[in-house]
Amino acid sequence: MLNRTVAAITLRAVFGRRRAIVFGLPPLVLILVTLALKASHPPSGSGWPGHVLGDFGFSVILPLTALIIGTSVLGAEIDDGSIVHLLATPVRRSSVIMTKFTVAALLTMAFAAVPELIAALIASGGAGRFAIGVFVGALAGSVIYNALFVMVSVLTTRAIAVGLLYVLVWEVVLGNFVSGARLLSVEQYSLGVANSIARDSNLNAGLNLRTAVIMGAIVTAVALVVATRRLSVFALKGDAV
Amino acid sequence: MSRTIDLQNVSRWYGNVVAVNDITMTIGPGVTGLLGPNGAGKSTVLHLIAGFLPPSRGTLTVGGKPSWRNPDVYKTVGLVPERDSVYSFLTGAEFIAATARLHKLADPEAATERAIGIVDMAAAQDRKISTYSKGMRQRIKVAAALVHDPEVLLLDEPFNGMDPRQRLHMMDLLTRLGGEGRTILLSSHILEEVERLAGTIQVIVSGRLAASGDFRAIRRLMTSRPHVFLVRTSDDRLLGSALIGSSAVTGVELTGRGLQVRASDYGAFSREIAGVARDRGIRLRELLPEDESLESVFAYLIES
Repeated sequence: MLNRTVAAITLRAVFGRRRAIVFGLPPLVLILVTLALKASHPPSGSGWPGHVLGDFGFSVILPLTALIIGTSVLGAEIDDGSIVHLLATPVRRSSVIMTKFTVAALLTMAFAAVPELIAALIASGGAGRFAIGVFVGALAGSVIYNALFVMVSVLTTRAIAVGLLYVLVWEVVLGNFVSGARLLSVEQYSLGVANSIARDSNLNAGLNLRTAVIMGAIVTAVALVVATRRLSVFALKGDAV
Repeated sequence: MSRTIDLQNVSRWYGNVVAVNDITMTIGPGVTGLLGPNGAGKSTVLHLIAGFLPPSRGTLTVGGKPSWRNPDVYKTVGLVPERDSVYSFLTGAEFIAATARLHKLADPEAATERAIGIVDMAAAQDRKISTYSKGMRQRIKVAAALVHDPEVLLLDEPFNGMDPRQRLHMMDLLTRLGGEGRTILLSSHILEEVERLAGTIQVIVSGRLAASGDFRAIRRLMTSRPHVFLVRTSDDRLLGSALIGSSAVTGVELTGRGLQVRASDYGAFSREIAGVARDRGIRLRELLPEDESLESVFAYLIES
């Protein structure tokens, strides 16, 4: 199902672009903010770790990192046309999608979920439920977001704009004010998973574990199927007529 | 059978725009040129054959199987796209080896070495593709398309951006590959390139198949058409009266822009005009072919 050559080319492509520098910045900011708050606030009672890691970590750092990575693993090749060299081989299109998705999810885990864990460990002062919950929730988010963003990058050449609209308008604005929107919010799936372990009301999780897992699994599966189908009918433009 | 490309009544349209209109052709082993002016539909035809576009109507098979939504077709087909986008962060050798592995070849290293050898790129194989010239990129793309030893090779404008020496090298290579019994289909808008290479041509104009068959026969049709020149001289009327006596000239007309001459024999007219003018003491100021664009050549082909 996964193709090592596709994975290797993808990794070389991702780290060969300037965009790669951007991956490291958001997690760095998260850790620095956590360190600053840790130095200025007593952790007990104030509830800031839940707010920072939930509101900032899950609403901003995780989706934006996934957006940058998820839309570049395949979208950049589609944009510049080099995808033709990959598609003019007998490699299954499902294998291309699964490999690109896996690489993107693992990179997002490294650049967003691990920093969330580090920040949670700093904030809570140890490897307790809070840190583990935040980490597991971010791992789940890395998987679901990337399925979604890989699909968006196959569907449109304006993947980053579409992804940003989804994150900022749907998740941040609608998700906070319209409870129904949470059912289609990857942020809420991630927070639902995180909160089931962390049990921290400051995370503002709007969905329970069961709903979060079921909806997350459905969104991931549907996104990967749609992406595969769309890549199977990838067409080149002909002459300018 | 596995080397035959077959199009039956293939059309492709985008909304109301018809890019390819009811084309039927069969392409077998050897080098075939897909010729036509820019925007005529050559790339669309190549993309259709390569499985990167579905026909809107008609059937299209490569080796007896449809190429659209059939990645297995690439086991026997190699494609050299026109667009100059390759994985420029890889070295030439890495790119070819990756392609060999994507084809799941038994010995990717040996296949890489062979393909790079064919296009004569061994000296530059360890450099990043981003440092390559246009011609080198073109050759590394050909190596990638050849790494799995395909029976059918499709090339979209393979000579674009190449210098004359690289063109000759590529022509020799394609002639050799065609001679080995592969089916080579290349598109070009430059008549002379195809002339040197292809025994058979398919001429596409405005999405239609305008001519098909032996190149020499079609070339004769092209060269026997009257050529129109605009000549500006010190005495247009005197030159006109002199030229009408030439067997290479079928008509002259005095226009506001100069003397318009219709020549039936391009070569003979080009050789004669200077002598005719000199003998009569006429100074030639300008001699312009009026219909040298490929479009006019092809338009003539459609009419004939």
